[in-house]
Amino acid sequence: MTFDRATRRKWFSHGMVVLTGLSIVVVATPLVWIIYETALLGGSVFNVALFTQGIPYPCTPGNGITCHQGGIVVPIEGTLILVGLAALFSVPIGIGAAIASVEYGGQRRWARITGLVADVLSGVPSIVAGAFVYALLILYDPAIVFSTLSGSLALAVLMLPIVTRACEEALRTVPHSVREAAYALGISRWKTSVRIVLVGALPGIVTGILLAIARAAGEAAPLLILLGNGCAHSLQGIQDEGCSLSYWIWLGATNPYQNWANLAWAAALLLVLIILVLSVASRLVLDRMARRMRGG
Amino acid sequence: MALADETAKMEVRGLSAFYGETSAIQDISLKFPDRKVTAIIGPSGCGKSTFIRCLNRLHETTPRTRVEGSVLLDGENLYQMDATFVRRRVGMVFQKPNPFATMSIYNNVSAALRFNSRPSREETDAAVIRSLKQAALWDEVKDRIDSAATGLSGGQQQRLCIARALTANPEVLLMDEPCSALDPIATAKIEELIAQLKNDYTVIIVTHNMQQAARVSDYTAFLYLGKLIEFGPTGDVFERPKEHLTESYITGRFG
Amino acid sequence: MNPDNPFPAPSKGATPRKVPRFGDWTFLALVIAATLLVVGVMVTLVVVLLYGSRFTIQSLGFSFLYGTTWNPNNNVYGILPFLDGTLITSAIALFLAVPLGLGAAIFLTQHAPGWLRGPVGQLIELLAAIPSIVYGFWGLIFFVPIERNYTEPFLKTWLGWTGLFGGTPFGVDFLTAGIILSIMAVPTITALSRDAIAAVPRAQKEAAISLGATDWEVTRRAVLPYARSGIVGGIVLGLGRALGETMAVVLTIGNTDKIGTSLFDSGETVSGGIALGFFEPTGPLNISALLEAGLVLLAITLAINLGARTILHRFQSGAAAGAE
Repeated sequence: MTFDRATRRKWFSHGMVVLTGLSIVVVATPLVWIIYETALLGGSVFNVALFTQGIPYPCTPGNGITCHQGGIVVPIEGTLILVGLAALFSVPIGIGAAIASVEYGGQRRWARITGLVADVLSGVPSIVAGAFVYALLILYDPAIVFSTLSGSLALAVLMLPIVTRACEEALRTVPHSVREAAYALGISRWKTSVRIVLVGALPGIVTGILLAIARAAGEAAPLLILLGNGCAHSLQGIQDEGCSLSYWIWLGATNPYQNWANLAWAAALLLVLIILVLSVASRLVLDRMARRMRGG
Repeated sequence: MALADETAKMEVRGLSAFYGETSAIQDISLKFPDRKVTAIIGPSGCGKSTFIRCLNRLHETTPRTRVEGSVLLDGENLYQMDATFVRRRVGMVFQKPNPFATMSIYNNVSAALRFNSRPSREETDAAVIRSLKQAALWDEVKDRIDSAATGLSGGQQQRLCIARALTANPEVLLMDEPCSALDPIATAKIEELIAQLKNDYTVIIVTHNMQQAARVSDYTAFLYLGKLIEFGPTGDVFERPKEHLTESYITGRFG
Repeated sequence: MNPDNPFPAPSKGATPRKVPRFGDWTFLALVIAATLLVVGVMVTLVVVLLYGSRFTIQSLGFSFLYGTTWNPNNNVYGILPFLDGTLITSAIALFLAVPLGLGAAIFLTQHAPGWLRGPVGQLIELLAAIPSIVYGFWGLIFFVPIERNYTEPFLKTWLGWTGLFGGTPFGVDFLTAGIILSIMAVPTITALSRDAIAAVPRAQKEAAISLGATDWEVTRRAVLPYARSGIVGGIVLGLGRALGETMAVVLTIGNTDKIGTSLFDSGETVSGGIALGFFEPTGPLNISALLEAGLVLLAITLAINLGARTILHRFQSGAAAGAE
């Protein structure tokens, strides 16, 4: 076999194909590994008690001590309330700003400001959002700095750009002929925007909301600052210290107690499952509603 | 350009329209007779579409546009009224059928009613049936009235849009090249429809198809480069045109 | 009008009702308020951070940025150790993520069979969906011991001569944190590189193929240069994300506040320093310093993101113009 230049080039090319293929393997390995460990360790504690019992007294089995495993109902509730509140703040504002930009701004220059601000906000690190809410509430009312409410404010700041941008894009996909048809029927401008255009853009908007929720559910950094330490007992009010699945994983990771660590894995599994479900759901929504609109 | 024995439902006086600095139509004055069909013809780019969109104030929804002059409906200037209100009295059917994709046939036809007032279920049903019959679509869709509007053929969708426009109960119906996206059979059905509609509505139709104008209309206006060249009873305009330009267009020397 | 028409036309001379107007104006007011709120959030963020850090801005000036000690107990605040940590971990992350991410993108677009592209692509996107805290937790429990017991001694033995691997490897250090960060940066780089490569017109590829180039040569000489802006934009964007990362890093970096020189040193990033700093602040000056650190981090990430978007916009308009 000749080892001339042409053959060398050919084999080099094959080698690069193998290398790039290896990249995929290398990249996929940690993913598979993480999901495997999470499923294994989280799954080993997965039972009904997870959803009914609160955080147990910290302990590590051994020397004849048996530990009460407990459950993560408090972190679960915490995540639900946090994300719910954050959505309550960010979704209406995001949709409203998107409508202003697309329906009323059109091609004018000021219409681009919403998109620009959304882009800037999407680059704010989550810890900075937490620091911001801290600094803000210290000025306003120090008593609520460490609370579920303040945590939800930070999450809202992080959700806002996602919702706004998805909504803007979705509204832009609605063809102008729809608006003209509505105007020609004598339907008022605001009704056209809300009951016809917005409805037409709904798949994209719902997808954006679901993705924003998935992001907020997994956030931990700002909550480290803002939640206080409310995991020990069941949640009081939103102005009191709170808890979340992500915060609980942090506690489980940074404390040496075995039963806490087990619960942290369960929380991690739950989080990954929630995010997976939300991602799949958002894609389904997009497909199904888009199909219905094309005339299925 | 006066009419002898007809009452004018709609009158245009000195109408000019602009896109930014560009003039699309200049100083058009015209009277549209009540319950007759008036066709607007002319070569592409002569301003027919812009003109008709001024009649229901849709032109101004495009950014950076301007209108001068007046449009009178039964003597009142539309440009001094609330635009949304104007459009309830002057309806429009577009070149490309545009039913609301997220709605059923029923909801499409009843849209104007449901959005502009608070009708009862019986009132809405009655209005939908009436409109669909007027649009000659009832028999074809009565068994699937809750199915998606986008499932209909192009011709059916256009008749749906006509029914939808009729439900709003307009006095004048504007049609902007309603058949140009349709096949000949669908076109024929709609031309039959227009002949029926003029019993109840004043119809103004823009068309680039001269034969259609000749078949369907009672009066014809010929526009060229944004100006009104000639207007009169259809028979007169086509067989005895007064202007040389009109004659050239009719005989196909340009267009 | 039609005699059996149950809806008579409005009477002549009807004055336009006020109702459409009212709804329209209220609605316009609402959406404008929403826009103002969105802009307000951004403005308030910057203003509040500036106001909250006024103590240290006034008293420390620029020494905040180049001070080498961060000691809240003595109220000495210099974020150079944190900047050092951020820089080193991000450099490691990019060093690993760029070839891996780009390689994955190349494989997916050029070599992978059609049926493989969808699933594998989604798998890589799944990487992006896993929360940072889960990465950190897994990293601490599983990855750190492997680093400590296998990888790092190996590196020290074979590559210790480079001077990068001094000190005793404990597993929690810049290297581990950097590796975890690289895993998190890969999806961004892969996704944007894929888009960039997919936008290369077929004509470019075909020209190279017809000249007898091998697959790799086509990729290297025809595809990649054309997709360069998009790829670089993706890399810069990935960097921006890595800079802001907190949880995964703070659990794997060791959290000390000295300036490290070896990859086996533990340290801290700006984001981690802020997060941990808020746990037991020593007073208003400490808080001010933390907020100023946040401001610095914000400035850095915004600058990088702005750079990424400029590059990507150039890529998008270039691609649109070129794809004729």
